[in-house]
Amino acid sequence: MKAFAYIRSNSVDDALSSIAQHANAKYLGGGTNLVDLMKTGVEKPSALVDVSRLPLATIEARGDGVNIGAMASNSAVASHPLILERYPVLAQALLAGASAQIRNMATVGGNLLQRTRCFYFYDPSYAECNKRVPGSGCAAMSGYNRIHSIVGGSDHCIAVHPSDMAVALTALDAAVVVGNKRRERIIPFRDFYRLPGDTPNIETDLAPDDMIMSVALPAPISRHSTYLKIRDRNSFAFALVSVAAILDLDVDKRIRDARIAIGGIAPKPWRVPSAEQALTGQLPTEAAFARAAEILLEGAKPLRYNGFKVELTRRAVMRALSTASAS
Amino acid sequence: MQPDDTEQLAHDLSRREFIETAAAVSGLAMTVPVLDAQTAVPESGHVNCSLSINKIRHTLSLDPRVTLLDLLREQLHLTGTKKGCDHGQCGACTVLANGERINSCLALAVSYDGAQITSIEGLASGDRLHPIQQAFLESDGFQCGFCTPGQICSSIAMLEEARRGVPSAVSRDLSKPGPVDLTEDEARERMSGNLCRCGAYPNIVAAVRSTYHRGEL
Repeated sequence: MKAFAYIRSNSVDDALSSIAQHANAKYLGGGTNLVDLMKTGVEKPSALVDVSRLPLATIEARGDGVNIGAMASNSAVASHPLILERYPVLAQALLAGASAQIRNMATVGGNLLQRTRCFYFYDPSYAECNKRVPGSGCAAMSGYNRIHSIVGGSDHCIAVHPSDMAVALTALDAAVVVGNKRRERIIPFRDFYRLPGDTPNIETDLAPDDMIMSVALPAPISRHSTYLKIRDRNSFAFALVSVAAILDLDVDKRIRDARIAIGGIAPKPWRVPSAEQALTGQLPTEAAFARAAEILLEGAKPLRYNGFKVELTRRAVMRALSTASAS
Repeated sequence: MQPDDTEQLAHDLSRREFIETAAAVSGLAMTVPVLDAQTAVPESGHVNCSLSINKIRHTLSLDPRVTLLDLLREQLHLTGTKKGCDHGQCGACTVLANGERINSCLALAVSYDGAQITSIEGLASGDRLHPIQQAFLESDGFQCGFCTPGQICSSIAMLEEARRGVPSAVSRDLSKPGPVDLTEDEARERMSGNLCRCGAYPNIVAAVRSTYHRGEL
């Protein structure tokens, strides 16, 4: 691991100053992804600003919504009574991710900023990776691209976003509260992650001196929800496909509002508004779910080794919607 | 213990007796306090820290690159905690930090300044094994033993989580209050961060469930 300066911040202000003072400094939360990437040589920060002890771990009600501090651990969020009561789909997504050990260490802010698990990104012995070394090419394009994207990728990058939590937060229409020395702003989830285009090294809307302060959840629309995760083994593995589905049903059981966010198939948690709108006013039937899945996958472009993801996504969406409607 | 002695012991004793003897020997060794107050001249870039490890306070000057795992093994010579993958994927390095299970290979030691760390060496009282250690022996919850320290540390926190009613990915009702019904499925899911390449899983599941149901933890 390359040497770095370690800076422990005593306050948010302190942390914001430290990050602004060091070029290529990174915030350290739980370190579960960053420390690993530093070991492999993918990340080589000049300094780590340790923010893990900052008083940003509170999970509290804000009216009918909830605010989750960026330093709350993944396990604290997954077992918090407010989250279990109002957003069970978020607790499910968190519990479907990683292991208990990693959930204890990992923070909410770190979870949002974890890097892709693309084999070629993770292993610097591959020279080609536009995300790691802009302009170097993409080894996955002609490589073993079984885990890669079927929507949202570009000729420069086909890596998928690995977070389960972010998929649930996207379905819940959450927002990321971000601050720096000059201002605080709120970024809706749909604008937080960027598609790779020709700059796959830029993954979010964050400026270099920004810090994630919290995640703001609006009032829940319904408890009819589920998180379905399909993976190569039943636990402690990243998603091949995952679905966060939320259905708001009226007294006649007709769908008032539908939210479908997909993980494992795109560079960011994937939502298709027209697929959700197709469910509005419908009864929760297999035919209606099939139609939504079809719209969702229009334009999907599978690669050499991940064609199975198209059918897997279609079936996962139908199953998740069916489970959500019956929940 | 010299290699020759080990061979002789192994020859004389059955495998289980041998392991019990070895466990008791290392248990005894633990009663000797580690006199390792490294009063450090801080090197450039080093960070002064104080960690409590198995109830003994260590004042250290650390290169910030040192993981908690390497601190335990290489600097404090507490080699019970194992380095399996060194990437947070196998759980062999699991220790307790302030009572919570973590992967010590992904933890920068400097970030745990002031924390209370418990490793496998801190569990037995003299030659009296921790109930989970005893249960692993009784259920034969291992073969080669490499993952066992991590499995045992992980189990201790897992059983405490289950008592508190912390849900898992296989819990039917996430909001159900009170202790978790620790079915085989629940035990397997909750222990999925600890791999065992020998495949001793059925016996590990039996060990953690029997300890839970006996109310020993």
